[in-house]
Amino acid sequence: MFGAGGGTSSYEEIEHTDLIVLWGSNARAAHPIFFHHLLKGIDNGARMIAIDPRRTESAAWADLWLGLDVGTDIALANAVGREIIAAGLTNDDFIARATTGFDAYAEAVEPYTLEHAAELTGVPAEAIRELAHAYAKAPTAQLCWTLGITEHHNASDNVFALIDLALLTGHVGRYGSGLVPIRGQNNVQGGGDMGALPNKLPGFQDVADDDARRRFEEAWGCTVPAEPGWHLSQMFEAMERGDLRALYVIGENPAQSEADGTRARRALEGLDHLVVQDIFLTATAELADVVLPAGAAWAESEGTVTSSERRVQRVRRAVPPPGNARDDTDIIVDLARRLGHDWGHPSAEEVWDELRSLSPIHAGMSYRRLEELGGLRWPCRDEDDPGALFLHGRLWEDPPRGPKAPFTPVEHDPPKDELTDDFPIRLTTGRHLDSYNTGVQSGRYRSPRRTGGTIDLSPEDAASLGLAAGDRARITSRRGSVVAPVRIDRSLRPGLAFMAFHYPEDVDTNRLTLDEWDPKSGTAEFKATAVRIEKEA
Amino acid sequence: MTDRHTVQIDGVAVVVEAGATILDACRAGGVDVPTLCYLETLTPANACRLCSVEVEGSRTLVPACSRIAEDGMVVHTGSDRVRHARRMILEFLGAAVDLTTAPELLEAMAAYGADPSRYGAGGGSPRSSAVVDNDLYVRDLDKCVLCYRCVEACGDDAQHTYAITIADRGAGARVATEFDVALPDSACVFCGNCVAVCPTGALMVRTEFDMRAAGTWHEDVQTVTRTVCGYCGVGCNLDVHVQDGAIVKVTSPFDHDVTSGNLCIKGRFGWTHVRAGVDGS
Repeated sequence: MFGAGGGTSSYEEIEHTDLIVLWGSNARAAHPIFFHHLLKGIDNGARMIAIDPRRTESAAWADLWLGLDVGTDIALANAVGREIIAAGLTNDDFIARATTGFDAYAEAVEPYTLEHAAELTGVPAEAIRELAHAYAKAPTAQLCWTLGITEHHNASDNVFALIDLALLTGHVGRYGSGLVPIRGQNNVQGGGDMGALPNKLPGFQDVADDDARRRFEEAWGCTVPAEPGWHLSQMFEAMERGDLRALYVIGENPAQSEADGTRARRALEGLDHLVVQDIFLTATAELADVVLPAGAAWAESEGTVTSSERRVQRVRRAVPPPGNARDDTDIIVDLARRLGHDWGHPSAEEVWDELRSLSPIHAGMSYRRLEELGGLRWPCRDEDDPGALFLHGRLWEDPPRGPKAPFTPVEHDPPKDELTDDFPIRLTTGRHLDSYNTGVQSGRYRSPRRTGGTIDLSPEDAASLGLAAGDRARITSRRGSVVAPVRIDRSLRPGLAFMAFHYPEDVDTNRLTLDEWDPKSGTAEFKATAVRIEKEA
Repeated sequence: MTDRHTVQIDGVAVVVEAGATILDACRAGGVDVPTLCYLETLTPANACRLCSVEVEGSRTLVPACSRIAEDGMVVHTGSDRVRHARRMILEFLGAAVDLTTAPELLEAMAAYGADPSRYGAGGGSPRSSAVVDNDLYVRDLDKCVLCYRCVEACGDDAQHTYAITIADRGAGARVATEFDVALPDSACVFCGNCVAVCPTGALMVRTEFDMRAAGTWHEDVQTVTRTVCGYCGVGCNLDVHVQDGAIVKVTSPFDHDVTSGNLCIKGRFGWTHVRAGVDGS
């Protein structure tokens, strides 16, 4: 945010903040050790407010739970912003010194009165008011979110709506005040750091930046295209158009993880050539022309990953890859050689040192320092730089350094998959504590807590549908249909159902979901599907 | 302004920050004090008294782990009275509990000349009362010294799940789940953070338990490699314990600030995919 592709804060800060706002995140189940830090914050006296359609095991720890309807986050955030302005609780000094665009923002949120937002979101006006006043008045506040914010067709707008609240109140750039997206996968932050984004070079340098591109071209001895490539959702569209004919998939299982799985599978099947590099013969690998067996990187490779607090840490090889499986780097270097490029046999450290020479925010992170210090948070610009506990402190300097942070007004835009009489129930998806994504790794240990794929219903909906726990139900969306056993879940309100997506062999949840994606981030709206639920004979 | 205190430890002056314990002062002064229920990441439970020291002017021995060091305190860690108390504590433990998987306590018993047989046969010899009610970890209450570490790790000090506590009192006291139900029926979320802090092997991961039973657990040939968990984006450091080319256990370092030794069920137990299909598994 404000030009940096990472969360602003460190885990230690949530232990010492005054208010924790957990928005669209069931961290207790999905990020359990982050939640330990959050619990220390509560033990140290922080208040916690949870915003989630479900009254999750995370929300159970909150002083206040706002059970909004799925996909109404912007309406809620804008009402919070409007209330902060109307009550005179804005941080005017911070707005004046460090931000731009306040007037346009104030005008845009003006229609979002507490009463109007209550109608749009289903959250009582008084609860919205309490959130607004608590956030604005807290000396320090951490605003944390995960995929409940970002798995929507307007994901980026959702994030802007939250950033705007931090700008209104000055809850960014100070110890204990920040914006904290917790990352879902062990190196999704590192992937972005390394330029695995269609418009970025390593270190979040823009591909359109001629100077940056030239430095990479000099180091790599080749031409770097100035135009952004495609993100994942655009790639699938290009496959459907026939513009993308060959695909090389590394460590991803899109046949089961993409929204609208039937459509995704058809796109993969229509390719001229599919190469899959993975640790198992996944559902995607079964569709492949060539499968390259890889090692489980976290235990069988050398390298680094970056966590949700921007902390780069060392991954080390504890065991060799089994059988014919090979390290990802070895496979890629060998492939390059066969394509006519001899990259030698670089060690992980040599690859990293090249990265450090090209990415200024990583320049100070030698393997030796990463080892000695247990990891470093970027930016870390030289070998004397301790790294950054939190970002954007520059906005509080006198005068503030660098570009000001812009308000970005955004409008409420409900989920694309409309609720109708034929599809009256809102299905949202998420994770279970003991499982992970499509279960490629987590499906192979014996968890006593594993429930398998279920359709979770509120007691009220189950009763009106004539369904009891354990009954088999057919769940149908506009794209597909699956059968799953019923689980009754009191954390759900009437009209809201929940499914995990960890057990695609039994219950392929993503056959139901909608591939409407956010134009800025390319993330699909996994969180909001309209379904019909019937008893299966 | 007294934010620093000077304490005499065995005749040597040690300066500590206000709020430091006698144990902190001893360690700062390089004086070894044995501990059992104490762990840096947990609130001192004052359960075992193994860290007892003599403080001049105090009628009774005091637990070094939780007694705050005061300016001018004179502490003796190796007096006859202290050594006698520690030897008695170790003998009582040895007489009541199977300490065969608690090497540090066995070393302490040797160092203090503790002879549990003075109290008749009983503990000491291995028994088999292990409760094996799930695939991830095993509990054997005959090895439990009631140090409270697991209760604290499951509760306020880390996990906040409160699946276990001490049931009953006196000689009947034991660690139990709610209504003494089996672990899979309890509130347990199988993070194993209790296992991680258990000093005696009363709580043990299933792989270690099974390999010990089969006589194939050989810690002396195991390697431990520090890496990062492959699941969510929190970045938990893992110590991967490997024997004969295969992972046999995963723990987390207590001195790393991301985890403080704690993990979730996936991090501690979700590693079996690494060998899946290799050994016919």
